[in-house]
Amino acid sequence: MFKIVRKEVLNPSVKLLEIEAPYVARKAEPGQFIILRINEEGERIPLTIADYNREKGTVTIIFQEVGKTTKVLGTMKEGEALLDFVGPLGVPSHLEGYKKVAVIGGGLGTAIAYPQAKKLHSMGAEVDSIIGFRNKDLIILEKEMAAVSSRLFITTDDGSNGNKGFVSDVLKKLIEEGNKYDLVIAIGPLIMMKVVSNLTKEYGIKTIVSMNPVMVDGTGMCGGCRVTVGGKTKFACVDGPDFDGHEVDFDEAMRRQMMYKDMEKRSLEDHLCKLGGVMNA
Amino acid sequence: MPNMALNKVKMPEQDPNVRNRNFLEVALGYTEEMAKEEAQRCLQCKNRPCVGGCPVNVQIPDFIKLVAEGKFEEAYNKIRETNSLPAICGRVCPQETQCEQLCVRAKKGESVGIGRLERFVADWYMANRETKVEKVEKKNKKVAVIGSGPAGLTCAGDLAKMGYDVTIFEAFHAPGGVLMYGIPEFRLPKSLVQKEIDTVRQLGVEIKTNMVIGKVLSLEELKKEGFEAVFIGTGAGLPSFMGIPGENLNGVYSANEFLTRINLMKAYKFPECDTPIKVGKSVAVVGGGNVAMDAARSAKRLGAEKVYIVYRRSEAEMPARLEEVHHAKEEGIIFKLLTNPVRILGTEDGWVKGMECVEMVLGEPDASGRRRPIPKAGSEHVIDVETVVIAIGQTPNPLIKSTTPGLKTQKWGGIIADEETGATSIEGVYAGGDAVTGAATVILAMGAGKKAAKAIDEYLSTKA
Repeated sequence: MFKIVRKEVLNPSVKLLEIEAPYVARKAEPGQFIILRINEEGERIPLTIADYNREKGTVTIIFQEVGKTTKVLGTMKEGEALLDFVGPLGVPSHLEGYKKVAVIGGGLGTAIAYPQAKKLHSMGAEVDSIIGFRNKDLIILEKEMAAVSSRLFITTDDGSNGNKGFVSDVLKKLIEEGNKYDLVIAIGPLIMMKVVSNLTKEYGIKTIVSMNPVMVDGTGMCGGCRVTVGGKTKFACVDGPDFDGHEVDFDEAMRRQMMYKDMEKRSLEDHLCKLGGVMNA
Repeated sequence: MPNMALNKVKMPEQDPNVRNRNFLEVALGYTEEMAKEEAQRCLQCKNRPCVGGCPVNVQIPDFIKLVAEGKFEEAYNKIRETNSLPAICGRVCPQETQCEQLCVRAKKGESVGIGRLERFVADWYMANRETKVEKVEKKNKKVAVIGSGPAGLTCAGDLAKMGYDVTIFEAFHAPGGVLMYGIPEFRLPKSLVQKEIDTVRQLGVEIKTNMVIGKVLSLEELKKEGFEAVFIGTGAGLPSFMGIPGENLNGVYSANEFLTRINLMKAYKFPECDTPIKVGKSVAVVGGGNVAMDAARSAKRLGAEKVYIVYRRSEAEMPARLEEVHHAKEEGIIFKLLTNPVRILGTEDGWVKGMECVEMVLGEPDASGRRRPIPKAGSEHVIDVETVVIAIGQTPNPLIKSTTPGLKTQKWGGIIADEETGATSIEGVYAGGDAVTGAATVILAMGAGKKAAKAIDEYLSTKA
């Protein structure tokens, strides 16, 4: 069992859990992920590692409540434990040798972009971070990102933080202003990673994206996480989750993400019904 | 006087039209009377050719004689001398190409039902006796076993019996490997696999789940933690795809994924269990092995109306066991033989809507000795399906190889290991099962685990 030692509510639907998992903490690197299972009937879900503490032996995950599993996870308290927690899986991000990097986080993607910004910053790179949210109430990790960035830009879709726009608008402006990035890291919804990748392709700036497709085992065994990269099929779990944004077939990835949408909805509704709530309010 | 009936005593089975709607075991097993009657068909011949056909050398005539005498417990102990997983072997071993193929009785009529008798004995013991574990003198030496499938369980069990402190590291949340995630409930009940795993635990073996060796710990680190020898039994986990257009459409599964969702994650109990699976009304399973049969029969049980086996050669070349092909046909699986997929067709939203195939004819034998299938010009046609399951094979998982410098492998990924000892290119590191041979059978993996356990014992006994 893997004990929850700390819980934080970052915004109404995004939560942070720090989990006791000494073996995983010992090896975890930015860009890697874990797979967890809450209970015996539970599904295995992959979540990217948001932070780790080797001395304390803990791994931090940040997740958005979208389906049944993440909803249940969100109700768990400090002191409670997860049944299964396996990792670190996937290939760590290659962050060595970059001087000036733009790190972009879209929504929850900010939680995954954070360890990358932190590592780059600690290695002496100049980090411009751009994070975007739907509105100001959803902003997460502002302080944390600021601490590891040379400059931090925060945008909202509705302008409620006084800075309306998309992360890609800010990036474009920064590039146009003459900032020479030797790497862009973009992590967030598929559509955002696609837009950013299309933009950086025009400027010829190397871009890494982090894919989070449907998975079962996370060790290359099921092949459910297939992603087409440069015309070749890759397994996100063992070949990724980081890939060259200019090579990823995002349209296919977006279609594949729809695979279980109807069943996920059913599972969630079923769960909410069992909680005694009336769904049709 | 031996029973000279030409045919085996029939084993009761669930009716095909009932069982293709449930996940309960197909074959129901012998009663005591049936077992004794079948056991009397064994001639107790001097040559004992059957024993030579068994990868773990079960003393077949001896245990069968005990069954004929009604000494079921003694029969079980006789099997257990060389086989640590009898209830599993009695069900999934290809006896027809091993022990039973060499049976003298097969020269005229059917062989003795060795597999059925082994199964009976194991089930009888589980139902009537508690497993006894004899105390062994501890050697105070630690051995790590990577993977808890048939190779790993056998190797670990044998080493524990010799007095070693054995820890199994399993990547999944449950031990058992292919016995748990691959072979379906209706062919190998999971409660039974669990009992066999419990027996290995009772021998003192520790099983650590959620440990992906190569990621969380390297082989080098295992040695630093005090493990003096390592056995790699990580199986053939990497699914092969065909490389045809449309394979990434929604509704295309590897057999590994399809079966893991069903067997390990219990997707057939959705939404009671959280893992979903999409089966659809019509399903094509590509391939002709046991895994293909398992996937097709599982799809049928999950409510698919039409389930096709699409195989590019003819029935004679099918690698699946005859019994599995026979069961699949009885359950209404449609066999499209000499048929090869060319591409998978999708809707605008990216869902499978059909599979274009071409008919094949058989030409000259190829490297595998089987006649090579050649496409027939102008025979392209489309099968309407919503789901495609690719069951054309698996290769060894590269996770350990890629994180273990000095571990030599074949070009196709198999770990290079000595056939008799399992010794790899690294001292103290042994390997066996599908990780070495590529996808093969449970019993061959067990045989390899057994040989490696013996070799590890010799290695650690001579090591200062």
